[in-house]
Amino acid sequence: MTFDFEQKLASHGLELRATSVATLQVNVGKLCNQACKHCHVDASPKRTEIMTRETAEQVLAALRRFRILTLDLTGGAPELNPSFRWLVTEARALGTHVMVRHNLTVMFEPGQEDLSEFFRAHQIEVISSLPYFQEQQTDAQRGNGVFTKSIEAIRRLNAVGYGVDGSGLHLNLVYNPVGAFLPPAQSAIEADFKRELQSRYGLTFNQLYTITNMPIKRFLEYLRRSGNEERYLRKLVEAFNPNAVAGVMCRRLVSVDWTGKLYDCDFNQMLELGVAENAPQTIAEFDPIKLAQRRIVTGVHCFGCTAGAGSSCGGAVA
Amino acid sequence: MSYYEEDDLSRFGEIGKHRPDLFAKFMDWYQACQEDGALSKREKALIGLAVAHALQCPYCIDAYSQSCLESGSNLDQMTEAIHMASAIRGGAALIHGLQAHNSVHKVSM
Repeated sequence: MTFDFEQKLASHGLELRATSVATLQVNVGKLCNQACKHCHVDASPKRTEIMTRETAEQVLAALRRFRILTLDLTGGAPELNPSFRWLVTEARALGTHVMVRHNLTVMFEPGQEDLSEFFRAHQIEVISSLPYFQEQQTDAQRGNGVFTKSIEAIRRLNAVGYGVDGSGLHLNLVYNPVGAFLPPAQSAIEADFKRELQSRYGLTFNQLYTITNMPIKRFLEYLRRSGNEERYLRKLVEAFNPNAVAGVMCRRLVSVDWTGKLYDCDFNQMLELGVAENAPQTIAEFDPIKLAQRRIVTGVHCFGCTAGAGSSCGGAVA
Repeated sequence: MSYYEEDDLSRFGEIGKHRPDLFAKFMDWYQACQEDGALSKREKALIGLAVAHALQCPYCIDAYSQSCLESGSNLDQMTEAIHMASAIRGGAALIHGLQAHNSVHKVSM
């Protein structure tokens, strides 16, 4: 069995190249009010890396100049960046579709009480992690008390129209396995989440995205601590699906870190694997034409995005 | 030393080194049984877990525990399936008590 991703692609006659830059995914910092056990960012309340206003202005300039369709804001908890609301407001004024990877509990941090209303006012697409519809699994991964707060946060989002049919306000939830196993079929687990969240709490949402845990950073540490590393990697490799390759997110996305450096995805960002050398390296040099055909930089973690039904920030891809 | 080795589960294919034709037939049948049909993959994984417990096969218990998780089941659902297997095993033992009663009655006055 090969753990070499490039070799695996080659054995199927494939190579991984970008096709376009439809989305600019910006990681505005590693500061988070949570410290989840699987976090590939190693985000926590102790992290100090955070995007400056100057860099955020360069992001905005790139959106303005090149009319990028979607701005996908992530972190950490992106809302904790002091420039977050400014960046969202300016991007929306340009007509850019803005997605926020919102962890739900940040809504209860000081100064964030009106977050659901802010999202609504700017017609933001909200994407929120809820690894399971039961407290035990959610708290095991995301910390004690997170499930209860998350339920209350979804209630607040529903109250302003998020996840409610006909409102046009999208609330998409993210399932990721609470442990060293692959996610179930997206449609099947989505039906479970909809039924259980409705019947237990009267909550609604639009779509559930299943995301595979990447064997990097904090999740890799967990795999090693628990003696699951080899078994999990083998599982990812054995589940390699060549049909998932065409749909992986790096082909249509550029990732920006808190300093403005460019990467093929948020995972490569955390591993400090920058975009191919012949492509622009920073947001100040951003040029979607030069980035569109770039060769994607890969590693063993890429098996995470091509296992089974595939995985991306928008869920299963195959 | 245990007779069961965890790593042997991933070596299952080695059985096919001898009479690969028979192993291939088994695998085709086995894989076809797992697919969505009149029963969902999840239901089949829970049946597999229950049978694994009835057979008390540690390889099958490991494999079907993973299958259950990866088809979206949680520990409450898996535990109910295990109780079903256990209850049927228990019931099967208990109903054989009638055999014992019959045997006793046959030789008793």
